[in-house]
Amino acid sequence: MALTYYLWLAAVLFGIGLLGVLMKRNALIVMMGVELMLNAANLTFLAFARQRGDLGGHAIAFFVIAVAAAEAAVGLAIVIAIYRTRGALNVDEVRALRE
Amino acid sequence: MTATAEQVTFWIFAVPLVATATGVLLAKNPVYAAMNLVAAFFFLAGIYVLLVAHLLAFMQILVYAGAVMVLFLFVIMLLSTGDEHLVKERRRAMQLVGAAGAIMLVAVLAAAIADAGGGEPAPLAADFGTVKAVGRVLYTQYLLPFEATSLLLLVAIVGAVVVAKERI
Repeated sequence: MALTYYLWLAAVLFGIGLLGVLMKRNALIVMMGVELMLNAANLTFLAFARQRGDLGGHAIAFFVIAVAAAEAAVGLAIVIAIYRTRGALNVDEVRALRE
Repeated sequence: MTATAEQVTFWIFAVPLVATATGVLLAKNPVYAAMNLVAAFFFLAGIYVLLVAHLLAFMQILVYAGAVMVLFLFVIMLLSTGDEHLVKERRRAMQLVGAAGAIMLVAVLAAAIADAGGGEPAPLAADFGTVKAVGRVLYTQYLLPFEATSLLLLVAIVGAVVVAKERI
């Protein structure tokens, strides 16, 4: 089966994740969009690994999963800290560097 | 075009995957968004199996659908005490700008996909994607990044505790 099917699926998934990051204001939904985008990147790595018969793509996807887990942990901790100090989940209300 | 078993399986997983991913954006309540995301991760694991990435499919379910989403749900439950977690959405014009940006990015990706071509997939070794084969690559060619990942996870654990805790 053609590689392009998987690449298209990854592109659509990445687009949905990007839509979530750009259009939503809830910090948690924005982070879910980031997770979707990371998964789309993983899908591309694995599709090319399958196409070329190269396990390097699997290794990179493994690292992406580990980094995504770390990102989720630190990102959610920051969301909790912001909510505690400002009572805000809305990413547009958090602009302390600007004001 | 005659549908092969791989194509049928691909669509069985791909259509619900896109539907649940869209559901993440459409859900009003963050808990529903999180459950949609869990379902999307499961369908994506199915796609991984189709790509002969069995180890990564299991990792996807264990790490993403298991650990990461439990973390998300914990935080949602921790922060949500009523309706105030239903964040007011952005202005319409800003949303349209965001949507246009995402659509243009997918158009760029479409051009890249057209360039990628394809051709016949390479023949695979019998142990492609198994724990043994991926582990051999991880512990030889990618040993330094692998060890660096362990350090990264340690830093992330300590950092998360320091940032989220009220008083150390």
